[in-house]
Amino acid sequence: MGASALPVLIFTAFWGVVGIVLPFIIPKGPDRGVQQLVLMMTAATCYLFWLCCYMAQMNPLVGPRLNQHTVLIMAREWGNPLL
Amino acid sequence: MGSLFRSEEMALCQLFLQSEAAYACVSELGELGLVQFRDLNPDVNAFQRKFVSEVRRCDEMERKLRYLEKEIKKDEIPMLDTGENPEAPQPREMIDLEATFEKLENELREVNHNAEALKRNFLELTELKHILRKTQVFFDEQEGGLHPTESMTRALISDDSIARQVNAGPVQLGFVAGVILRERIPAFERMLWRACRGNVFLRQAEIETPLEDPSTGDQVHKSVFIIFFQGDQLKSRVRKICEGFRATLYPCPEAPSQRREMAMGVMTRIEDLNTVLGQTQDHRHRVLVAAAKNIKNWFIKVVKIKAIYHTLNLFNLDVTQKCLIAECWVPLLDIETIQLALRRGTERSGSSVPPILNRMDTFEDPPTYNRTNKFTSAFQNLVDAYGIASYREINPTPYTIISFPFLFAVMFGDLGHGLLMFLFAAFLVLREKPLAAKKTDNEVWNIFFSGRYIILLMGLFSMYTGLIYNDIFSKSLNLFGSHWHTNYNESTILTNKNLQLNPSESLDYDQNPYPVGLDPVWQLALNKIVFLNAYKMKISIIIGVLHMLGGVSLSLYNYRYFKDRLSIICDFIPQVIFLVFLFFYMVLLMFIKWVSYAPQNDFPKSPACAPSILITFINMVLFKKADPLKNCDTVYMFAGQRVLQKFLVFIALLCVPIMLLAKPIYIMRQQKDKHVQLVNGHATTENGDAEGAGRVVQPPQPHAGGHDENEIGELFIHQGIHTIEYVLGSVSHTASYLRLWALSLAHAQLSEVLWSMVMSKGLILDSWIGGVWLWFVFGFWAILTVGILVLMEGLSAFLHTLRLHWVEFQSKFYKGLGYAFTPFSFEVILNTAATAVEE
Repeated sequence: MGASALPVLIFTAFWGVVGIVLPFIIPKGPDRGVQQLVLMMTAATCYLFWLCCYMAQMNPLVGPRLNQHTVLIMAREWGNPLL
Repeated sequence: MGSLFRSEEMALCQLFLQSEAAYACVSELGELGLVQFRDLNPDVNAFQRKFVSEVRRCDEMERKLRYLEKEIKKDEIPMLDTGENPEAPQPREMIDLEATFEKLENELREVNHNAEALKRNFLELTELKHILRKTQVFFDEQEGGLHPTESMTRALISDDSIARQVNAGPVQLGFVAGVILRERIPAFERMLWRACRGNVFLRQAEIETPLEDPSTGDQVHKSVFIIFFQGDQLKSRVRKICEGFRATLYPCPEAPSQRREMAMGVMTRIEDLNTVLGQTQDHRHRVLVAAAKNIKNWFIKVVKIKAIYHTLNLFNLDVTQKCLIAECWVPLLDIETIQLALRRGTERSGSSVPPILNRMDTFEDPPTYNRTNKFTSAFQNLVDAYGIASYREINPTPYTIISFPFLFAVMFGDLGHGLLMFLFAAFLVLREKPLAAKKTDNEVWNIFFSGRYIILLMGLFSMYTGLIYNDIFSKSLNLFGSHWHTNYNESTILTNKNLQLNPSESLDYDQNPYPVGLDPVWQLALNKIVFLNAYKMKISIIIGVLHMLGGVSLSLYNYRYFKDRLSIICDFIPQVIFLVFLFFYMVLLMFIKWVSYAPQNDFPKSPACAPSILITFINMVLFKKADPLKNCDTVYMFAGQRVLQKFLVFIALLCVPIMLLAKPIYIMRQQKDKHVQLVNGHATTENGDAEGAGRVVQPPQPHAGGHDENEIGELFIHQGIHTIEYVLGSVSHTASYLRLWALSLAHAQLSEVLWSMVMSKGLILDSWIGGVWLWFVFGFWAILTVGILVLMEGLSAFLHTLRLHWVEFQSKFYKGLGYAFTPFSFEVILNTAATAVEE
């Protein structure tokens, strides 16, 4: 399992609050049901979308193949000094 | 259940209105806009209804108002639109209104008539003025001529003949002068030449300033002409030709002094006419300005009166002629409000008898009424465009509010493009009121404006998916620092053209993924497409299967609401099993594959042994045994997978005959039971009551039996179609969700191409020239981005999303066989009237 706890927790908590907690504290009104549904579906879709992207990268089957120029630029810009 | 989840409960009501109070009551109901009246005399011709004469009078008033409006527009007087909404006037005020309009119209017509006569007169005089002026030039050209015609003669006829004519005495040349349309001149000239064999002489001069045609008001160019000829025969011929060409001839005296006198006279008359004309115009203007202040108000009043009488025409007259009977559909929740409105109407009319609103029982399907607000109405329209929901059927709109923008965003995902879309929609939403007040008939604009909340959500979701795809105008953001690192020395880089990072090497890869979205390194990778395809295809199927499962689950709510237990058991449960056991299982496989094949794993679980999900799925359905990959001992991801798969497919296939046969067979048996009971019942009555038997037995048996058989056959066919549609649909619909991947890929690729072909070309020049060059290139890139990537790609993603909702989602539960609730509402009527006028 190549996942780290922090992002998973943060995202789960964030969308959990949106999708589970917020629907309870919506003020009463004629459109309450729709508003609850909107929040829940937003949280569900967005969480699912993030989760899929995260899980798809958890265990990469292949690594990125890079051009030599890209490698050089990455080394300079992203702080991976040449050995 | 909230308001939008199902359409409102409706009741058919009977309404008894006192004749005197009917008008006021209907007017109140029109302001309310919550009642749909039914036509109670459908076979009565429109011309034979009770209030035809009133409707006619309204039509007449409308015609007069339109005439007034046309005149006001002609004079370009601004019409005052205060936006106020006057109530429908009392019926007795109608006479006042009529009188006002009649007076206005007559006055205006008279003024116009006078003005036209005056203008005609003015035109004649101007033409005469021009003739006198131009002919003067012709005559003056013959310098020192003793007599104008004589000098003409000299010019016309060659010297020899003059010599002869001098002998024969002076020849008198006649002439006519007139005015003709300029474009007719060439034909006119040719005709004269041919008809008179060249024996006439035509001179013409153009009138520089265009003249106004009094009947049409157009500006026309005309020419003055003068024709010389000899003899009466030619004269009559010339006159006829002039008549034929609609040239106006004017008397033109021969003597110069007379001409001068005449010119003077004409000038003074023109002056006089001008003052009179000016006064007429002033008067007209005053009348129109006064009318323009009120015309919008009047229009609204007349439209309302007309609508009320139209509605009253739908009512039935009571036998006593004292009250009118109406039937109407009413939302149950609003009955109180409606009764209040009726009471107000009665009070206003001063009638003593209150109106009566009775609920009626009916077997008819009530209309579908979804109470929407400005936010939900756009989404409701998307659903209604496919079909109005059946009465009390579950309404897909609340679910569409999020699923629509989300599926759109999966295809459109780009932070930059999403931001542009969001900003545009935010502008529309924030400036909603002023923009809505400014009505335009620009169709494209109106579409965008009415869909502003959809666009807003689509923009927001596109920004989110763009963030996850890590795509902003085809570039990536490296917010959290890539989790892939290069660890090469200089010589390795220089000797190898391409280098592949190793996921199992912890120096190359942090062993945990980039926290938000795709790692930015993939944007730079050469094998980016391979990686993205695997990822996006999988999420398309995951999202698709969940979307379809949602649709099937909604059908459960429908069945439960309509107390259709048979359908739950024979339709819903096998459908869910079929979908879950085949397709949701495939989704689970995807997650298992993502989790279990880690790069550091050894041989049975190493990435090299990861099986293709698609191949696994195909083999599973075909019960085929697959060969493991090289060096791997199995194609299965977990123990017992083979047995499990066989079991799942077996059960799923077992569901097909259940879906196909269970329901019709059950209904058939039920009917048979009933039938037997019925026959038994008959038998007993026959035995018990021998006398009345002949009467009772006659009708039902043979006929009813045949009918039942027909119905059962239909049921089988219907169920067969339904099942085939569902089973084949599950396969094709799942595949159809791959459009999410395809469009997303196309969008990303297109924006990448645009960047590399256009924008990166702007970054190649140095110094200040580079800045200028970049300015142009950026402009071009920005136009293409908005025009192609946001507008066109957005439109195509929108249409694909629409299809996914209409076909893949709604086909699982939505019948859409209802008809819309169209209440009698002044607001709607006025809006349609306004658009009709604009057209």
